[in-house]
Amino acid sequence: MSEQDPIAAFRVEAGELLDQVEQGLLDLGHRLDDRNLVDEVFRGLHTLKGSGAMFGFDALAAFTHHCETAFDRVRKGLVPATQELVAVILSAKDHMRALVDGDGAGQEAEGAAILARLQAAIEAAGGAPAGDAAPTGVAAAAATPEATGAGWQISFRLPADAMANGTNPLMLLDELRELGECHIVARTDAVPAFPDLIPTECHIGWDVTLRTSEPKSAIEDVFIFVMDDMVLTIEALAADPAPVAEAAPAVPMAAIAPPPGAVAPVAQPANDAGAAGRAATKAAGESVRVPAERLDELMDRVGELVIAQSRLSQVAGAGTDLILRSVSEEIARLAGELRDTMMVLRMVPVASLFGRFRRLVHDLSRETGKSIELATEGESTEVDKTVIERLADPLVHLIRNACDHGLETPEVRVAAGKAAVGRVLLSAHQAGGEVVITIRDDGRGIDRDRVRAKAEAQGLIQPGQVVPDQDLLQMIFHPGFSTAAQVTNLSGRGVGMDVVKRTIESLRGAIDVTSSPGQGSTVVLRIPLTLAIIDGLLIRVGSGRYVIPLAAVEECLELSLEEDLRSRGRSFITLRDRLVPFLRLREMFTTGSKPDTYQKIVVVATGAERVGLVVDQIIGSHQTVIKSMSSLHRDVATFAGATILGDGGVALILDVAQLVAIGQQQEERLRAAG
Amino acid sequence: MHESTPTHWDADGNLEVLTFNLDEETFAMEAVLVQEIVDLLPETIVPGASPLVGSVVNFRGKIIPIADLRLAFGMPQAEPTVDSRIVVIEMDIHGEPTAIGIRTDKVHEVATLTRDHAEEPPAVGMRWKRDFVRELVRAQDGIIVLPDLPSIFRSLSAADDHAGAPASTIH
Repeated sequence: MSEQDPIAAFRVEAGELLDQVEQGLLDLGHRLDDRNLVDEVFRGLHTLKGSGAMFGFDALAAFTHHCETAFDRVRKGLVPATQELVAVILSAKDHMRALVDGDGAGQEAEGAAILARLQAAIEAAGGAPAGDAAPTGVAAAAATPEATGAGWQISFRLPADAMANGTNPLMLLDELRELGECHIVARTDAVPAFPDLIPTECHIGWDVTLRTSEPKSAIEDVFIFVMDDMVLTIEALAADPAPVAEAAPAVPMAAIAPPPGAVAPVAQPANDAGAAGRAATKAAGESVRVPAERLDELMDRVGELVIAQSRLSQVAGAGTDLILRSVSEEIARLAGELRDTMMVLRMVPVASLFGRFRRLVHDLSRETGKSIELATEGESTEVDKTVIERLADPLVHLIRNACDHGLETPEVRVAAGKAAVGRVLLSAHQAGGEVVITIRDDGRGIDRDRVRAKAEAQGLIQPGQVVPDQDLLQMIFHPGFSTAAQVTNLSGRGVGMDVVKRTIESLRGAIDVTSSPGQGSTVVLRIPLTLAIIDGLLIRVGSGRYVIPLAAVEECLELSLEEDLRSRGRSFITLRDRLVPFLRLREMFTTGSKPDTYQKIVVVATGAERVGLVVDQIIGSHQTVIKSMSSLHRDVATFAGATILGDGGVALILDVAQLVAIGQQQEERLRAAG
Repeated sequence: MHESTPTHWDADGNLEVLTFNLDEETFAMEAVLVQEIVDLLPETIVPGASPLVGSVVNFRGKIIPIADLRLAFGMPQAEPTVDSRIVVIEMDIHGEPTAIGIRTDKVHEVATLTRDHAEEPPAVGMRWKRDFVRELVRAQDGIIVLPDLPSIFRSLSAADDHAGAPASTIH
């Protein structure tokens, strides 16, 4: 990482800061009077300004500065936060992102327009005109209007070991005196009783009323070397020289932002907002940013190791050498642990994915005029990085659909006796080797009549044909299928749902829809946690060995000879009062071999659909490192990939979704015939 | 009709190739394509795939398809002999570099062909699909066939239907 381009590093960091600011603003939109959020947003803007200036993003620094200055008025409580203000700062944030990405050139006009709106929003919010919200340059940073005339109420307390570290409080007070007329009161409330007094520690705090025209930053400069650990509040004095207000609270309230020019986020002293900031800084300090491809390389190596290890254990198992066997077991354990650790390394909490949908819903809400509330659950659920990336687009589609088609307008909702605010719930949880992501809305539900009409119009079903409800709902995943009577800007173009389904299936996942009229719809995605290594069931058909993903296996049973003969004509078995179609893999794969006397049926399922696979032998479970097949074999749909076995041979991995689909077709043919 | 693949003769009109046998015929492919020549590996049949690339092998931890060019040139499939080898080549298939093992009945040598001895395949009178042959090169002991590998592999996606028919006879 050391040779990484600093500009690129800045872009990454700025991107994260902007995400953070965005999150803060969106939260603020819901809880307008939450001071911690205001502080958080302010900190983000401030850091962005500082590091932007350091890396030569002057336009960004200047623009951010104006926003920061305006927002500072909110932070100081001079102006209440309003929805309008939040919206303007959100759009300002987008502009900053453009500036960070370097395509903000020639967009000064846009920047100025945003600043003008910001000014208007501040004024509308009831504050005095934000003096330098208009572009006046970075140099004006210090000249905030309240800096002139009155002065500052300063309250500070040094850390206990400050004197031991060479800080002399008297010098600090002298420096303050140089700035103007000072009234200094020592706070002795924290001085312990004499027996407990440690003379080398600093127990005294100070309240200073400073009358000066110097800006706040001048005061911050006084404390610049001790700022990280001390408790410091600086508040503007009212122009009217009132007597010093009551003693500053024992626990000072607001952590101040680092002075302009400080570049990295400085750890803030203890208070609520500061604690959050510190936690974030701490987390950043303890994590390492690694390019994704290095992780992929490592994953490949681990995959090869797992294969080599399973060969070793086969060799060791075949021989009689006890020492070799114990070494082999040791290696097996280590390889297994290494694989698990590797998996964890690639895991990313879905929070990073869910986060970006809040903005989407915010925008959708504005565009559609519906009040929408997005609730999220289980953000800490972790999923493989690759899976997360590929889930983003399908989820955008699903959430758009929920907001646009699912939720009604507030009037309709109220008329239907529902809360005016529509709710979309996005939740994630882990279940076995899968992560289950649920998108639920409390809207009108899927209009089955319209789905049916559309399906009939497209010739997917016959008019009047009886279709199970689940199958009818699945129609929405058909290409070119849209039930929106009106094509809107957001959705309803008939692209989307089929793409969603394809993407989910390419992740070896499944998608289910349930919907009840008037109550809303639920889409459930089940995605395997990882794409690289799966638990598989190794089977034999003829002389070929195949792997069935274990997650899809429901049960294994024996197909007796007479049952086999009896089922010749119809190819399905009765399993707990349900007919399950089965496929004779020997026939499908044209092995030309005789069946084993005791064939087995492996029942596999995706979603609610099941199919039995007749195999010659079940060999056992197998750690399967998935390798893709070359493009020459890409159109062989029955296989999802291949893997290398312990003896160096190759086993093909069955694509369960495809096999189930074939089974369903077979079942339909049978139904049609009989 | 496919675009035929151009032959990249060097400035002097030469081309370095590896020559090998399929049945009684001598074939050649560009030496630059060749990665490695290995003994036969245990093959895993891919049901449903074209018999031209009917199996895969584990080649140093990678799973690569094995191509049997005999089928492209209308020759019967044959049992392996002591001389059978797999020539692993790498070429672009659908835009991505792909390692493919070519099953050969015997590998001869690296030789240099010259353009002066090369001829375009005749439009009539050849028992092979003309698309599959790029050049016929006269040599001391007969004709060397320069097959059009990209065209052969391209034909897979187009011709799967009829190529799939004899699948039941091969294993």
